[in-house]
Amino acid sequence: MADAAVLSTGSSVAEGRRRRNWVPYALLLPGLLWLFVFFVVPMITLASQSLQEGNVDDGFVFTGNVAVYGQALTTYWPQMLRSLLYAGTATVLALVLGYPLAYFIAQKAGRWKNVVLVLVIAPFFTSFLIRTLAWKTILSDNWVVTDWANKLGVTSVLQALGLTANDSLLFSPFAVVMGLTYNFLPFMILPLYATLERLDPRLLEAASDLYASPWQTFRKVTWPLSLPGVVAGTLLTFIPASGDFINARLLGNTQTTMIGAVIDSQFLRVLDYPLAAALSFVLLVIILVLVASYVRKAGTEELL
Amino acid sequence: MGDTTVDRTGKGDLSLVALTKSFATFTAVHPLDLTIEAGSFFALLGPSGCGKTTTLRMIAGLEDPTGGRITIGDEDITDTKAYQRNVNTVFQSYALFPHMTVVDNVMFGLKRRGDKDAKRKAREALELVQLEQVATKRPTQLSGGMQQRVALARALVNRPDVLLLDEPLGALDLKLRRQMQIELKRIQQEVGLTFIHVTHDQEEAMTMADRIAVMNAGRMEQLGDPATLYERPSSTFVANFLGQSNLLRASVLGSESGNGVVRVRSHDTELEVVRDHLPQGVGDVWLGVRPEKLRLGESGGPNRLSGLVRDVSFTGVATQYSVEMPWGQELTVVQQNDGTARARLGENVTVSWAAEHGFALDASQDAEAGAELVDDRG
Repeated sequence: MADAAVLSTGSSVAEGRRRRNWVPYALLLPGLLWLFVFFVVPMITLASQSLQEGNVDDGFVFTGNVAVYGQALTTYWPQMLRSLLYAGTATVLALVLGYPLAYFIAQKAGRWKNVVLVLVIAPFFTSFLIRTLAWKTILSDNWVVTDWANKLGVTSVLQALGLTANDSLLFSPFAVVMGLTYNFLPFMILPLYATLERLDPRLLEAASDLYASPWQTFRKVTWPLSLPGVVAGTLLTFIPASGDFINARLLGNTQTTMIGAVIDSQFLRVLDYPLAAALSFVLLVIILVLVASYVRKAGTEELL
Repeated sequence: MGDTTVDRTGKGDLSLVALTKSFATFTAVHPLDLTIEAGSFFALLGPSGCGKTTTLRMIAGLEDPTGGRITIGDEDITDTKAYQRNVNTVFQSYALFPHMTVVDNVMFGLKRRGDKDAKRKAREALELVQLEQVATKRPTQLSGGMQQRVALARALVNRPDVLLLDEPLGALDLKLRRQMQIELKRIQQEVGLTFIHVTHDQEEAMTMADRIAVMNAGRMEQLGDPATLYERPSSTFVANFLGQSNLLRASVLGSESGNGVVRVRSHDTELEVVRDHLPQGVGDVWLGVRPEKLRLGESGGPNRLSGLVRDVSFTGVATQYSVEMPWGQELTVVQQNDGTARARLGENVTVSWAAEHGFALDASQDAEAGAELVDDRG
């Protein structure tokens, strides 16, 4: 009797385990389905579209026309390069601005922590478009910022660097990079905050106890331990920033067009779908290669 | 560890002069004067919140004193930053850098000072703590005991003027703790550095330290070598915190010159205590006797009290008795398991002790001071 009881419990436990083994997969299903319908299918459609020929009126036919990729690169490499440059600059600026702020919130803000965090996220409550339009006002010619920039000689420095023109700040590479930096700053701050918040202050004390000056403590302890946040923050800033098409359009001029705007106009105005799709893929591959090499470097702690 | 070891030590004694730390609402350390001899193993002992860790952190430079000075030899280090002091700490949490290997952790201090020989010294330090085989591992891959030894090596390798240990054995289990106590003592004798060990464990302090400062509520209660603190506590706090004490209320009857013994009266019984063990000019005292100094029967000495055995607990090497006195107080008696007859529960017994085994303390103190803290030790 006793043996039978043990056996039956044993088998029901095994059964329960088998049933439970299905649960993770069942939970994964909606997400996988979502990714399949809204990511995998569009990617395949886009890939096939890039290899089609024709026009909107007569329809597109799949011809396996690989030449479109060459055309995309030779025609639009300046916009491509510019996008990466602007996005890269904005990412570095966001890191320089965001790191001290994230450090402050995580380690020093005390009871103000939540208030400052809300302030960081607050801009998200208004639309991306409105926030960018606000910068148009901030940097406009008849506003104090431009006034002061002129008085303090900032404009002449920016002009000498070719970042602005005609004593104004707006409609310039400078304005575009400012807009990008501003719009993506929270994406930098939040992951940085998350890692710096977990930084054990006792490690900083230990470093100080072991003759490390405040700078050395930062360089040898704080920075390497915050690398996961730095990597996450820079990726979350760089990737969307390099595909952005709003900032360049609202704050830039014809010489600051970024690749996102090109793709946008090819799709919606020129209606050259194959070229637009090819451009999208080129951008995707470039970003993937950059990100992969960056993450590999960060993994071996050689970053910066 | 080479000749350099010996050269560095003997830079001078560590002196704390009226060292004070106050926070907004309370004073963690009242003006503290203390001199710690170079090359000695010193313990700061006290219950949690007594100010011992704050004192340690002030010596390390991790906490700014509100007042007072800290000097090592002739050098005043009060106003220097932690990283400028030739003082290293073994932290309670070990605080090993998780992103570095064990050997990189140990080299950290040497590298900050640009030591060209860092690698070899780090290897030697790891040998000293018997961890050379895990040099390339990450701290998180090691056991608690091993991490503790890495933390020790990381501090030791710098040959500091003073090495501070903040409850370094607190997180280890009992067996490992005993082992590390012996190990720490061996290493200290080998390298000859000044060790200051903060602990709430009186046994640990007595096992390892040459001298102990007992702290309570931000003040130093008593300073001395372990035997003196145990045999001649100067306050009821020390008497209760270091081991157990039986404290009897007594009044001094006057001296009987000649044999150096003073007679006191406690609960209508006349008892003797050595005059040197009596505070000067005090009429009412607590007469203290350690449980193992009491004997069942009359063999212990001229001091005799009778009572009823209320509790017997046999621990193997000894038996602990609780003997109730006619006035209700229970005395604790610990008798070695040396083959002599044992008393039974409910039996009427005589308890005796020698005059030199008693110590007297000013009766204005709380007889329970420090006793309640013994139970909740971690």
